[in-house]
Amino acid sequence: MATQVLQRETWRESLRSLKVATWLGWQIESNWTDPFLFAVYSLIKPIAGAMILVVMYLVVSGGQTGNPIFPYIYLGNAFYIYVGSVLMGISYAIIDDREHYGVLKYIYVSPIQVYFYLLGRGVARTLTGTIAVIITLAFGVVVFKLPVNFLAMNHALFWPVFLIGLVGLALIGILLAGVTLITARHNYFIGEAVAGALYLLCGAVFPLDVLPKFLQYIGLGLPMTYWLEGLRRAMLGTSASPLLAPFSNETILIILFSSTLLVGLISLSFYRWCERRAKEKGLIDMQTMY
Amino acid sequence: MSQMLAVKTENLGRVYQIKRKRGESGPTTLVALEGVNLEVRQGELFGLLGPNGAGKTTLIKILTTLLTPTSGRAFVDGIDVVENPQEVRRRINMVSGGETCGYGLLTVEENLWMFTQFYGLDFKTARERIQYMLEVVGLADRAKTKVYHLSTGMKQKMNFARGFLNDPQILFLDEPTLGLDVQTSRILRDFVKRWVRERPGKTILLTTHYMVEADELCDRVAIIDQGRILACDTPANLKKRLQGASVFKLQTTPLDTLEHFKQLPGVTQFAGHRRNGHTELNFILEDENALVKVLDAVQAKGGHLLSLEKREPTLEDVFIHLVGRGLSDEESPPERIL
Repeated sequence: MATQVLQRETWRESLRSLKVATWLGWQIESNWTDPFLFAVYSLIKPIAGAMILVVMYLVVSGGQTGNPIFPYIYLGNAFYIYVGSVLMGISYAIIDDREHYGVLKYIYVSPIQVYFYLLGRGVARTLTGTIAVIITLAFGVVVFKLPVNFLAMNHALFWPVFLIGLVGLALIGILLAGVTLITARHNYFIGEAVAGALYLLCGAVFPLDVLPKFLQYIGLGLPMTYWLEGLRRAMLGTSASPLLAPFSNETILIILFSSTLLVGLISLSFYRWCERRAKEKGLIDMQTMY
Repeated sequence: MSQMLAVKTENLGRVYQIKRKRGESGPTTLVALEGVNLEVRQGELFGLLGPNGAGKTTLIKILTTLLTPTSGRAFVDGIDVVENPQEVRRRINMVSGGETCGYGLLTVEENLWMFTQFYGLDFKTARERIQYMLEVVGLADRAKTKVYHLSTGMKQKMNFARGFLNDPQILFLDEPTLGLDVQTSRILRDFVKRWVRERPGKTILLTTHYMVEADELCDRVAIIDQGRILACDTPANLKKRLQGASVFKLQTTPLDTLEHFKQLPGVTQFAGHRRNGHTELNFILEDENALVKVLDAVQAKGGHLLSLEKREPTLEDVFIHLVGRGLSDEESPPERIL
């Protein structure tokens, strides 16, 4: 009976943490004094990001947008916006709360469930990331005639892959939040460094096949590889990666689910370990002034 | 027995590791707490009095689950802070003075509302408590102001208000009036006193290096220095330790060295420092006759007496009696202090 009451209390705390952190995250994200500027920024940033890659591709390929590698690159790049948004959104919550706002210790003293709090802080970034992805995709379809039909695509594959991938990103974000918690000087760069490494290793803008063998193995161990592959198959109906081509859609989904589960277990355990270390070293309320 | 205690520590210790660069000399550890045994009863307003760096904040951090001890155990409301921190957090809150924390882009009201939600307060209770606390700290007219528009003192007041929102079973106040003006400090002290008196069973553990604050507010006071509890009793009983002793405060023209005052016959304890162009000397003497030797010594050193005051012992005198220096003095060797 006592255990049940405790479990109910823990769930209530989890929901509260998620709800309040989501609200807080949105307040921070939408803190633009001028909504017009916010709208312009939201529109220009993803399009400019996509254009950099498209121009590079056009220069290298001699202007061939009909090549199957073009939609491969464009889609990978568009969905990769989520990687930066979610990873940074969650791991930066620690930096913001501890270094910028100085409230992390008060949050830690209150009865929150920290995983849910961190996830909540990532929700707002996921929403703004979604707007950027939609704008980028729409721009690709209209301007570059990207062969994507949102109504006719494989929804049965897209939605499970899409959602599992987002959960996987959030879990990696928690892992990075753990690293941030125990890191003093270089914590601002950790999210960017990991996002950059994943950009190279999970086939975001080129197939894994072009990487050296040992990097291919690392790429095949990352859930994001299967996430991007699944999204491309769902939207384009085909894959441009010979390395992943032998896997059926179902296999891609199963590997994505399993690897996300594994990453989740590792991330949550790692965060708990970091939290313990942070308490041992007195880092929860540390303000480095770096 | 421990069920009746709000806070209990058993041989609590905390040692910090100090990172040193290669070739850099100096100690590699810092003992912040050593063998601390403390019992705070439910319903008490308990004070920890000690100078900066005495270990007060370290103790509060351990009790609020922010820091793990390196030895010993600590219990809050009978719950082990290391084994079950979440259960401890459901019963406590804390305020650190001198801090200007808060989400600058949110209003004062929104900042406080956020914390009420972490504690699961319903909408009506949350609104009522926020309104009440804002009136207590004098920020009611700033409820809709974004925190980045507030002055440092106002941010501190908001942080003070935050600590009371969940009506905690045990509240930790770490130097709550640090840096605040005299009038605000008095208002907050009055509120702290009223809060604990009006709520039987609620406990406050307050750390301070302001002797007056400890004396005025606390049912019992523990004097802490260099990580050790030196004495623990009611302020009246602590001061009784100096009953029979004569306590004098002298102000003289600036003196170069003060160390020799300790060696004078009849001087039990002595602490002195320079302040605003003069030297202040605090003596605890065995009896008033020893004062003649003190005055002779001042004259011998070329000093002139500016004022002489005999007074009742204060907690600061108790501290000087126990430690050999004043609460506001630095923790350096005497010759460096003087």
